[in-house]
Amino acid sequence: MLSSTLLVISYLSVAVFIIGIAWRAVKIIRLPIHLRWELYPVAHEKGRAHYGGSYLEESDWWTKPRQTSTAGELKVMIPEILLLAGVWEHNRKHWFRSFPFHFGLYLLAGLIVLLLAGGIATAAGASVAADGGTAGQILHHLTYVVGYAGLGLGLLGALTLLARRLFNADYREYTKKADYFNLAFFLVTFIVAITVHAFADPHFANLREYFTRLVTFDFSQVDAGLSSPTGLSAAEIVLMSLLVAYIPLTHMSHFFTKWFMYHDVRWSDEPNLVGGKIERQVTEALHYPVSWSAPHIRGDGKKTWADVATAGVEENEKS
Amino acid sequence: MKKRIRIEDISRPSPKLAELRKEDLKTLPPPFDKPETTPDFAPLSDKAREQYESSLDDTIALSIPMPKDRQEEDELVAKFLSGLEKLFTKENNWTFLQPLLLSMDHCATCHTCSDACHIYEASGENPIYRPNYRSEVFRRLYKKYVKSKGGLLQAWRDGEIELNWTTIARLAELSYRCNLCRRCAQTCPIGVDNGLIAHEIRKLLSQEMNITARELHKDGSVLQLKVGSSTGMNDAVVKDNMEFIDEDVTEKTGITVKTPWDKAGADILLIHNAGEIMAWPMNPGAFGVIFEVAGLNWTMSSEIAGYDSINYGVWYDDAQFARVAIKHAEVAKKLGVKKIVLGECGHAHKALTVIADRVLTGELNIPRESCMVTLEDLIFSGRIKVDPSRNDFPVTLHDPCNLVRLMGVVEPQRRIIRHIAPRFREMEPHGVHNYCCGGGSGFAIMSGHNFNDWRHQIGSRKKLEQVLNAFKDELDPSIKKYLCAPCSNCKGQLRDMITYYDLWEKHSIMYDGLVELIVNCMTDVEPDFIEWEMH
Repeated sequence: MLSSTLLVISYLSVAVFIIGIAWRAVKIIRLPIHLRWELYPVAHEKGRAHYGGSYLEESDWWTKPRQTSTAGELKVMIPEILLLAGVWEHNRKHWFRSFPFHFGLYLLAGLIVLLLAGGIATAAGASVAADGGTAGQILHHLTYVVGYAGLGLGLLGALTLLARRLFNADYREYTKKADYFNLAFFLVTFIVAITVHAFADPHFANLREYFTRLVTFDFSQVDAGLSSPTGLSAAEIVLMSLLVAYIPLTHMSHFFTKWFMYHDVRWSDEPNLVGGKIERQVTEALHYPVSWSAPHIRGDGKKTWADVATAGVEENEKS
Repeated sequence: MKKRIRIEDISRPSPKLAELRKEDLKTLPPPFDKPETTPDFAPLSDKAREQYESSLDDTIALSIPMPKDRQEEDELVAKFLSGLEKLFTKENNWTFLQPLLLSMDHCATCHTCSDACHIYEASGENPIYRPNYRSEVFRRLYKKYVKSKGGLLQAWRDGEIELNWTTIARLAELSYRCNLCRRCAQTCPIGVDNGLIAHEIRKLLSQEMNITARELHKDGSVLQLKVGSSTGMNDAVVKDNMEFIDEDVTEKTGITVKTPWDKAGADILLIHNAGEIMAWPMNPGAFGVIFEVAGLNWTMSSEIAGYDSINYGVWYDDAQFARVAIKHAEVAKKLGVKKIVLGECGHAHKALTVIADRVLTGELNIPRESCMVTLEDLIFSGRIKVDPSRNDFPVTLHDPCNLVRLMGVVEPQRRIIRHIAPRFREMEPHGVHNYCCGGGSGFAIMSGHNFNDWRHQIGSRKKLEQVLNAFKDELDPSIKKYLCAPCSNCKGQLRDMITYYDLWEKHSIMYDGLVELIVNCMTDVEPDFIEWEMH
């Protein structure tokens, strides 16, 4: 496959990835304020998060400054993101399958960063190789170590997750065809990548060359010492690129929507203060028109939430 | 071998989707470790089966009349679809749209939630009680009929589901097989909230289709807004009742208590769950004693809803929820009190303090505080003097979900009990990881048909196990034991559980609130405030 075609696929994939995330994030951010629905423990409750307490344990809490802790949030978020601490605690059997898969993906994200760094360094004329400078040597060795670890763990995770969904009836009954496709997609991509690097590109040098083209927007077919990926190498690039584009379009976008689930729902305990931002947002929402048609509401699309909530006993009795 | 039930099966008409057999239920600790040692599950009557939708399992919570004909079924399906559309619009559901959408779109079906659910566990892992079963049905309906409206890849991507009256009738009942305790949400690695999904299904049914549990709606929030309380007490009756309670408690404690009514400018408006006044009069009586001895400037209100803190809308209907919350705030505003203190009622705490926080604006945003906090202040500031030796009996604490997991009020009540009850022991697990009593989300007041059997055989099974374990070395009936439950609905459920399993007669396990335990050891009052008899 022509390098330029591969480059176009990769750029498009990155664009879809970014647009996909931005589109979903904007959709979530633009949703109206909702009623409080927090769930304890709330990680930023200073001095109380360890047992699940809240500022509501203080008498006259509204007269006192709220004590929150970013460190407390990080203490929960880091092990949750990196180690899937919640799955470890509540679903140990699943953790042994899910953790390798997710940690493998983190390492592969790290591999992309290393390849980008290597590509930029190469484009700048530095040598990223076993016989390069110290930084070049570190980058060279780190790239394939992280690459093999990521691919290996990802493969193990995808394989065991797929097996569980195929052979465990409880999981099979909830698994959609798309879920099998997703895991198979990962599996094939990892197998192709491992084959490529095991047999043709053991130190990921060719892939780094491709990243050099990527970061320099080098569409030339006759190039300065850079080789064009062929066969399986091209397949690896295509599959990886498509995977990058595909993830944010699926429920796997939970890798970033989880932020909203925690910060906008589970940990969203900010009190509504008179004259504050929350009050303004609530006031706006209370003026949305209602069209629920049960007899005790009789929303006609003109009546607002404020009207419904302050309706007299007569309205309420119509049920 | 247990029957496997798939998601799609919910749409396939059959007499019963799932069966409950005593031998399948989770084994209890001794002396209830054999199926024959627990009461039998009464079968539904033939009349009930003929009149009401009952094709989910062996009980009925909602009493949905059977549609007369196919045309009526089709109309109900159309109504459901219209409600489904509305549930996902910001105008009709700004109240929960963001959390709902996040829970709809991101479940990885890892089943971590299942192990956290006391109902699923107690039922012996009945597939329809898996927290994600109803969520997955609802998720597929949403994706098929609202999000993608069909399409070539829809079933491939989201799974198969068929919408017909059978699906809706079963889903409706299934939304009332969840206590909304949100223990499952606490364990979800992604943050998906199956409790919220059950809550939203209930809302759709109520707000669009007028399908509600009679106990929560007509005999609950509607009655409360009409006469002042879901108990049916109007202002004259509640004042009369409190007068009797004042007299009783004055005689019993030696402290003169006269409940102040409608006192403008008081520091505190105390709102009880009015069920306390009817069923556990010594609870509001004990509050009166404590507040009088501490010299607080407090009042109760005789306005509509001002003397009943319940807000059942929080379990099934946003409109009813908001109406009651606003009534509570208006009463406080009219009296000009500094704060509202909520008596021992978990869902009232959460409804008015937390959830209504984004309903009450401007002058209606009156500060609200848990009585646990007020009581802790009174005891540890020395305004209430106690002699813990008066409470020399085994005590354990039931954590109301609404107070702990859903509000973060965990330690004040514990600090009090550790201080006043020398033989206190925790249940395991406790605090924010507690188990629901089985009465959550309105079940404590729902006993139609044979639902009472369901809520005790399944709903409170885990709590029974916890209570028996907490007192396992002292089950001998000669030792009186105190199960402290600082929540009216939990108390209702635990009272019924104690009766159902005969725990008072067989093991001297009694239940009551926190204030009774406090007054029982107050040095200013006559001893033996706690009544050791089943009530």
